[in-house]
Amino acid sequence: MKYDVIIIGGGSIGLPASLYLAEQGQKVLVIDLEHAPGQQNNKKAIGGVRATHSDFGKISVCRRSIEILKNWQAERGNDIGWMSNGYSYPAYRAEDAKALQDLMKIQHEYGLNIQWLSPEEYNELVPGITMDGLLGSTYSPEDGSCSPLLMTNAIYFAAMKAGVNFRFQEKVTALKTEAGKISEVVTDKGSYQADQVVNAAGNFAREIAAMVGEDLGVFPDNHEAGITEPVARFFGPMVVDMRKAPGSANFYFYQNSEGQVVFCITPDPPILGIDNRSTSEFLPLCSKRMIEIYPRLKNLKVRRTWRGQYPMTQDGFPIVGRSEKAQNLIHATGMCGQGFMLGPGMGELLSRICLDQLSKDDLRVLKSFDPQRDFKSEEIFK
Amino acid sequence: MKPFRIEEHPILDVPELELISFYFNGEKMQARKGEMISSALIASGINVFGHHHKDGSAQGIFCANGQCAKCTVIANGIAVKSCMTAVSPNMIVQSAEGLPKLAEDVEVEDFAPIEELECEVLIIGGGPAGLSAATELGKHNVDTLLIDDKTTLGGKLVLQTHKFFGSEEDSRAGTRGHDIGKILAENLKEYQSVKIWSNSTALFVFSDQKVGVLKDGIYKLIKPQRILNAAGAREKFLRFSGNKLARIYGAGAFQTLVNRDLVRPTERLFIIGGGNVGLIAGYHALQAGIKVVGLAEAMPECGGYKVHADKLRRFGVPIYTSHSILSANGDEVVKSVTITEVDKNFQAIAGTEKSFACDTILIAVGLDSLSEFTLEAEQAGVPVDSAGDALAIAEASSAMFNGKIAGLRLAKAIKGDQVEDIPQAWYEKAEVLKAHPGEIKDYQNLLDTNGVMPIIHCLQEIPCNPCTTVCPTNSIQTEDGSLMALPRYVGECIGCGKCLLICPGLAITLVDYRKDKAYPTVTIAYEIMNIPVKVGDRRILTDIDAQILGEYEVTAVTDYKKQRMQLVRFKVPADKARQVAGFRVQDLQHSLPLSEAIIPERMGDEAMVCLCERVTAGEVRALIKQGISDLNQIKAITRAGMGPCGAKTCEVLIKGLLKEEGIAPSEVVPNTKRPVFIEVPLGKFPRGDSK
Repeated sequence: MKYDVIIIGGGSIGLPASLYLAEQGQKVLVIDLEHAPGQQNNKKAIGGVRATHSDFGKISVCRRSIEILKNWQAERGNDIGWMSNGYSYPAYRAEDAKALQDLMKIQHEYGLNIQWLSPEEYNELVPGITMDGLLGSTYSPEDGSCSPLLMTNAIYFAAMKAGVNFRFQEKVTALKTEAGKISEVVTDKGSYQADQVVNAAGNFAREIAAMVGEDLGVFPDNHEAGITEPVARFFGPMVVDMRKAPGSANFYFYQNSEGQVVFCITPDPPILGIDNRSTSEFLPLCSKRMIEIYPRLKNLKVRRTWRGQYPMTQDGFPIVGRSEKAQNLIHATGMCGQGFMLGPGMGELLSRICLDQLSKDDLRVLKSFDPQRDFKSEEIFK
Repeated sequence: MKPFRIEEHPILDVPELELISFYFNGEKMQARKGEMISSALIASGINVFGHHHKDGSAQGIFCANGQCAKCTVIANGIAVKSCMTAVSPNMIVQSAEGLPKLAEDVEVEDFAPIEELECEVLIIGGGPAGLSAATELGKHNVDTLLIDDKTTLGGKLVLQTHKFFGSEEDSRAGTRGHDIGKILAENLKEYQSVKIWSNSTALFVFSDQKVGVLKDGIYKLIKPQRILNAAGAREKFLRFSGNKLARIYGAGAFQTLVNRDLVRPTERLFIIGGGNVGLIAGYHALQAGIKVVGLAEAMPECGGYKVHADKLRRFGVPIYTSHSILSANGDEVVKSVTITEVDKNFQAIAGTEKSFACDTILIAVGLDSLSEFTLEAEQAGVPVDSAGDALAIAEASSAMFNGKIAGLRLAKAIKGDQVEDIPQAWYEKAEVLKAHPGEIKDYQNLLDTNGVMPIIHCLQEIPCNPCTTVCPTNSIQTEDGSLMALPRYVGECIGCGKCLLICPGLAITLVDYRKDKAYPTVTIAYEIMNIPVKVGDRRILTDIDAQILGEYEVTAVTDYKKQRMQLVRFKVPADKARQVAGFRVQDLQHSLPLSEAIIPERMGDEAMVCLCERVTAGEVRALIKQGISDLNQIKAITRAGMGPCGAKTCEVLIKGLLKEEGIAPSEVVPNTKRPVFIEVPLGKFPRGDSK
């Protein structure tokens, strides 16, 4: 049987893409290494979803993601734990306050709902936050969060219902090309044919691209995260502290729909490679910074920690578009740790790429994600 | 408060009550000084500590070991595990109703640096295996750190008031478990190279080969060259209707309350599981003045030692083999239990249901090795051994011996050739000590009716022989001289009674024909002195199968204070004397079933598989039927395994469901294990010792 589309990778990007393609009548096959959907880095996402980025591409895709996630339960029935709890970036240094406020101007131009709160206003949203030196905070109330675990399985079941085929525990070993197109996707268990192939392989996107002789600049680095016991709701938005400290760049945490605080820190310098084992450094490093900014957290019991990867690109923007080596290969990778929030919007966009239904806005979005761009610009607000 | 405290105990010393006051939900109560909140509450008759945030059902003690969070209360404004938090004077304790509130006022503090230490061997767990290993390492001057999460070393030995099996030489057979723990810990003191940290919980073996340890609440990092996992095992739970009710828990929790904290958490106990753990718990219950209503075992025979089962039966506790629990009945807490007979495929046989009034159900259906630390060390690339229950589930006698082997192996790995080789005989002994019970044989055919002789009611092969080593005339020997074989009387008994006093199974009586051939004197070992026996009392004597032989008068009672036992004598007609195995102590009226069985309306699928997140068997079964066999995916969808216990309880239950649905174990993808071993406040991590 020949498929319309084969998607390599059943994670944050591959799963929603498969759903929307199948709902457009496409015959879709998803091939994934793992035993179940979302078992690589999707399940490691902490669940924050924001549209308040700095460029049109990510803003547009995430805005659509928020719409999809917000309405998911009403439209499709499953509770995915969505909350419009917002994002906040408290500033303790003048330069941060200025950078955030400058960025807000751009964000307002794109029509995003983001505001500047005084320290007192912010203390109402995050009661007990360290006020000493607090200059204020951004607050974008329409951003939110949901459970990656519930969402991914909801999409998976919807995709199954829409007729998507899944091959788990199967590894793509070769992409055979003929006349500049992929003619066969070969795995360790069989081979498959399709009109189009999507590379949504996350950590392994570079290896997949290499199978058609393309060098894709996707380099995973390691991040650790944790979750606490649940307690009654005590603060609202995601709190992102963008300051650097020895050993770490920014870190962030929020209280999810279950009442658990989920937290994550960005190591500095980055720890390149793929290593899912936990280090002894993470908890002391991250808990110290969390308690310094929010002393109340000290009595909250940590339940579990884990480690995953951000498949990074050189400029911090995703790589989405057609391969230069095989015209029926579409890359959708290098999400730089934002695959979960980009996923639903990106899934729809991928279906439009495959079906040749791109709008003018889509083309504008794809410009910043172009696999053939020069990768020299810098994402100012990761 | 008195009815819920144990004020006299045949084996344990009951210390003077030093009381402090605290408040529970506004009511003033009293706690023993230094006691955990949970035990103080239970001693005050409080068994419901709060209500679950998901379904509002009652929560109470479950593991009594800091592993789950079902006993959570709010103490002075902070949600704590009541089994791990001592009562402080005038503490304000509130029940945990729904999700707790996070405390608002907290002081900002300085973060002292975290202490990092190196050692040659880190032993996780100070039970029989860990202590025995440490002794060997100490003998060879290996730089060893032994950590244990309790305040008293000895592991589960601390809770064992009964005498141990095995041999005197290798595993101190005939000595009581809690005494063995003390001896092992005491012996360790002579070794300078062994450092001991009690009250220290290992949290994880990290990828940078450091082990995170919370010592007296202070976080430390240890970098060992080698690790010995001697962390023991955890109890399995069962899936049955009503299994979320409060007052259902395992033997570990029960023994902790009764034997460590001397509280009486129940008046009427029903036990599920006839392995040694369940049988012994029944015996401990009797010694704590608790009525044991019955014990159900799903197999046609109890899996534990026959001598334990025989003992319980003749004391008057009915054992229902080929019976399984159908439901726990009650609104919030257990009011009764319903058991049912099962066929050879363990399917309930309709019409055989029986219900019994009880206030607590003890689940003792087996143990699972605690393998996390081994797996973590392997992943981190730290050489790791395991010993005791963490290696394979067996008796403590076996744990002591394989701990000794592991200790010597580690000493050799560190010190090289200067350490002697492990004798082959040790490995052989280790095999024997962990052996399962063997064949059941007949009584010895003793024809002589002169003099005095021991009657050995120990008819099942088990690795145990102190009766043979204690006999001053060498008159008891095992059939082939091995530890496993049955002991037989072979010589000249002088009637000293030493074998009666040392037998862990209380399975030897003396029959003395010397004074009266027609009415010989039968001597029975006794250690439930909380139910007193005195000269002139009439007691129902029973045979090995608890069949009644008649009611006879006690003719003498001799105290053996050191052994904490009594020898009780009866005069019994010659034709019955040798059949006498013991006497009843619990009246049968305590174990009568209710006139009508209580049968749950909905069977099976509303049973919880994940108590933490309140996930039912039905929810998980529905997913399995859709083809899901990855525990991580089941967790993602249902949250089973995401709760405070860290999938310590549900994993086995879900695997059981998968098996029931025909999924081969090889196809099941296990839960991914991650830090941390127990929940720890975030504030503990950035802070070293601020002193």
